[in-house]
Amino acid sequence: MFLWFHKFGSPPHFYRIAGKWIPWLSGLFLVLVTAGLFGGLIAAPPDYQQGDSYRIMFVHVPSAWMSMLVYVAMAVCGIIIMVWRMKLAEIVLISSAPIGASFTFLALVTGSLWGKPMWGTYWVWDARLTSELILLFLYLGIIGLHNAIEDKRVAARAVAILAIVGAVNVPIIHFSVEWWNTLHQGPTVTKFDKPSIYWSMLLPLLLMALSFQVYYVLALFQQCRAELLRRERNSKWVEEL
Amino acid sequence: MTPARKKRLALITLMLAGVTVGVGLALKSLDQNIMFFFTPSEVLSGKAPQDRLFRIGGMVVDGSVNRPGDGLTVKFDLTDNEQRVTVSFAGILPDLFREGQGIIANGKLGSNGEFVAEEVLAKHDENYMPQELADMGIGEEKY
Repeated sequence: MFLWFHKFGSPPHFYRIAGKWIPWLSGLFLVLVTAGLFGGLIAAPPDYQQGDSYRIMFVHVPSAWMSMLVYVAMAVCGIIIMVWRMKLAEIVLISSAPIGASFTFLALVTGSLWGKPMWGTYWVWDARLTSELILLFLYLGIIGLHNAIEDKRVAARAVAILAIVGAVNVPIIHFSVEWWNTLHQGPTVTKFDKPSIYWSMLLPLLLMALSFQVYYVLALFQQCRAELLRRERNSKWVEEL
Repeated sequence: MTPARKKRLALITLMLAGVTVGVGLALKSLDQNIMFFFTPSEVLSGKAPQDRLFRIGGMVVDGSVNRPGDGLTVKFDLTDNEQRVTVSFAGILPDLFREGQGIIANGKLGSNGEFVAEEVLAKHDENYMPQELADMGIGEEKY
């Protein structure tokens, strides 16, 4: 197990493995997202209150989950960077940032578009919306900080600290709707009670969430491969490719 | 783990703990400012500001919606199942507005104890279900 971990962490090995996985992941993502979109946009019944407008949640909710999940992954990479100084973790961290930022942006935009007809406003400064916006700024800060420092090994350590400290925001986002009263509704699926959503709506939602996770790994592998080549362009294994 | 790594891990844990406590205390002291709205009970017990805009949130009481006068102003009662406050509003209500629905209104407390709203937002709840099930009255219990 430990040996495997070490092998996986070596840049040429990771480059090869990730390249092999990409077509499989692409296929899996296409199947899942097609099933999820069909289930969500066509098969699922309209909501009793919102009619068809609720269907935007099949994109909104998975992107919001992913915006937090990607950040947690980055914070874990941050700890690995600070403690074990692992090169691959540096690459995974910085490659995740633009993907996570996109998920956050998508969650904010779809939520805003839904908010206008349902709540009556595009934006309010309640705890959930504000903390999610802060998450977007954290992602942008990480990307900016990484670009600002010339030496990428130093940059990775600076970014790791920002990623670890910023992780405090993730539980705040999740629990904001319970700790404070907000305009945003409480959790439907991620609570210790039974989900308050009918199964024919829940199933496509979970499929979409799964497809977004696969998409993250897929996009991450592609980003990582590009970043690896950029960094190791002078090394022997890259020249051999 | 080598001693150097142990030390670094301990430092990071300490840093994260420090930041957590700091943010926690900051949020705790800002509690009232982060609250998006006041409940009718809080408003009646004088916790809400008197002379500036604030938000009030609650359920629209069944049968309390009426349109006195010119037909443009709508009046309804908001409740948190303990107290109720009458809200008056002249404007366009959101689609989800109905009796029994959660509402958040932004405005001021008038001299007669009535809340004069400048904006009314609908608070959606976390339940999703098809129309047929709602018609059967299953809405009350959770899946």
